[in-house]
Amino acid sequence: MLKHDELGLSNDNVLEMYRLMVLARRIDERMWLLNRAGKIPFVVSCQGQEAQQVAAAFALDRSKDYTAPYYRDVGVVLALGMTAKELMLQAFAKAEDPNSAGRQMPGHFGSQKLRILSGSSPVTTQVPHAVGIGLACKMNQDSSIAYVTLGEGSTNQGDFHEGANFAAVHKLPVIIMVENNQYAISVPLNRQVACEKISDRAIGYGMPGVTVDGNNPLVVYQAVKEAADRARSGNGPSLIETISYRLTPHSSDDNERTYRSSEEVEQAKEKDGLIVFKQYLIENNVLTEDLDAEIEKQVKEEIDQATDYAETAPYPSPESLYHGVYYE
Amino acid sequence: MAQMTMIQAITDALRTELKNDENVLVFGEDVGQNGGVFRATEGLQAEFGEDRVFDTPLAESGIGGLAIGLATQGFRPVPEIQFFGFVYEVMDSISGQMARMRYRSGNTMNAPITIRSPFGGGVHTPEMHADSLEGLMAQQPGLKVVIPSNPYDAKGLLIASIRDNDPVIFLEHMKLYRSFRDEVPEEAYEVELGKAKVTREGNDITFIAYGAMVQASVKAAEELEKEGISAEVIDLRTVSPLDTETIVESVKKTGRAVVVQEAQRQAGVAAHIVAEIQERAILHLEAPVLRVAAPDTVYAFTQAEEVWLPNHNDIVEKAKEVINY
Repeated sequence: MLKHDELGLSNDNVLEMYRLMVLARRIDERMWLLNRAGKIPFVVSCQGQEAQQVAAAFALDRSKDYTAPYYRDVGVVLALGMTAKELMLQAFAKAEDPNSAGRQMPGHFGSQKLRILSGSSPVTTQVPHAVGIGLACKMNQDSSIAYVTLGEGSTNQGDFHEGANFAAVHKLPVIIMVENNQYAISVPLNRQVACEKISDRAIGYGMPGVTVDGNNPLVVYQAVKEAADRARSGNGPSLIETISYRLTPHSSDDNERTYRSSEEVEQAKEKDGLIVFKQYLIENNVLTEDLDAEIEKQVKEEIDQATDYAETAPYPSPESLYHGVYYE
Repeated sequence: MAQMTMIQAITDALRTELKNDENVLVFGEDVGQNGGVFRATEGLQAEFGEDRVFDTPLAESGIGGLAIGLATQGFRPVPEIQFFGFVYEVMDSISGQMARMRYRSGNTMNAPITIRSPFGGGVHTPEMHADSLEGLMAQQPGLKVVIPSNPYDAKGLLIASIRDNDPVIFLEHMKLYRSFRDEVPEEAYEVELGKAKVTREGNDITFIAYGAMVQASVKAAEELEKEGISAEVIDLRTVSPLDTETIVESVKKTGRAVVVQEAQRQAGVAAHIVAEIQERAILHLEAPVLRVAAPDTVYAFTQAEEVWLPNHNDIVEKAKEVINY
């Protein structure tokens, strides 16, 4: 099995990656509790995809690269520097939410400061946007790259095709990462695509495409790093497919019992990237159960504080709805 | 001052802004090497290079999305949609994305994009080339919708659009492209967005129009003058935001109005203007405000185009109805 030191990752690096994965998972779990308690209107989960998300973000240059994440990417935005508090402000739709000032659904990330492009509900629109950012990076010659993610169902959208094609024609510094979690809400992969792998689609655009195990953050890191190096050196875009499984229903408003069995979900949980990575870290003497308990404790405190803060923060005023429609 | 057609004035505006601001980029289908299907971008790639004036793959949604990504990084993209009937392919980029970028980011991002596109009837184009879809655009908060009626305005409005910090849909009526010339200054100048122009002064009735219907309205006014009726003509220049003040001021003076649009009648810009007039000037009205518009059918096939399109005779007729009410 691939080892983190072979990838140039230190013990501290992988421990920080693990902490962010745990943080993402526990934030998500807390949001479900808050939703079921009637305190926040909606949750759309990252559970089952945190490992690949954090690993991919770590393979970028987080000081200068641009990202256009999709709505499950809690792990990506945390790794880029968004805080639990900011995510909770978004979940509670409070005025101080840096993503949208309380105007957008949870999971619709955006931050000028962190170079995260504002995303919206129609899926895959972020792909051509990221390609535009890739073109801007190329024109500015600042060696930044654009990283965009989407679900496997979204690769059926025209915007996936139009964006990927343009990026390849102009050899733009873009990484398109498809987080294949097996379901587009209720429709399984085999009712979404006829090709064997989503990465097979890359050949149609003339770009490299790989499929990796999304539950193994080290192979995801390796694939994204290679793609980032390729993009940065002027060799164009890449398509990466990461295979994992959505461990929760599509959202807090979805009933997964109508389309998949609990046995299937339970089986997938055994391969959960978070658990796989914890095992790896323990086996490689990077993590101990004691240290893990300490991480969990700190994460819980951070989320408690974030929740308390966000719950009592003010909502945007109704008058504010007139602002930001046009330049003022 | 040079005499220019509207298409030349548009090319001149693009050249002016490409020269003036290195963040201005012009792209779209066939706009580079070919200079555009109407030659609006002729010579610009040769002058400014392939980085700043470039051909895109044939993919309208991709063009819109690309513009958004570039705009968020400080560029001022001026993409062309080859014919505005093809806008449906890029509707989400326009109405779902660029128009809302500022709002949904809590005013931290913006999308200063100017989408240029030819539209309008009377030049025997095939299906989906001639449709007047400005009403669809005008209903979207966050967008500005600009429609010049002459070469001078075309240059000044296009420069103002490119410099504007919000997304602008800039619609160029195909029939006006080469139908007449105007004095167009060589230097850069702006015609203010959101400001209508009183093209012709009059006292008995106000015609409110935009695009090719301005000419038709002026022609109608000239005919009515022979009969002793003095018509004022307002050229909206910008359909959204609408210059309601100028419209209402004129109607208060004349007491009568006809609103003219080339688009189909239902739920159009004209209907909105009529509503604004009723709300703001009803006590000044001597007669109901009427509309001249195309029938509520799909844009006519070529043989029936002249029957389908509103013209100056329709305006004269409608004006007499109002006058004789």
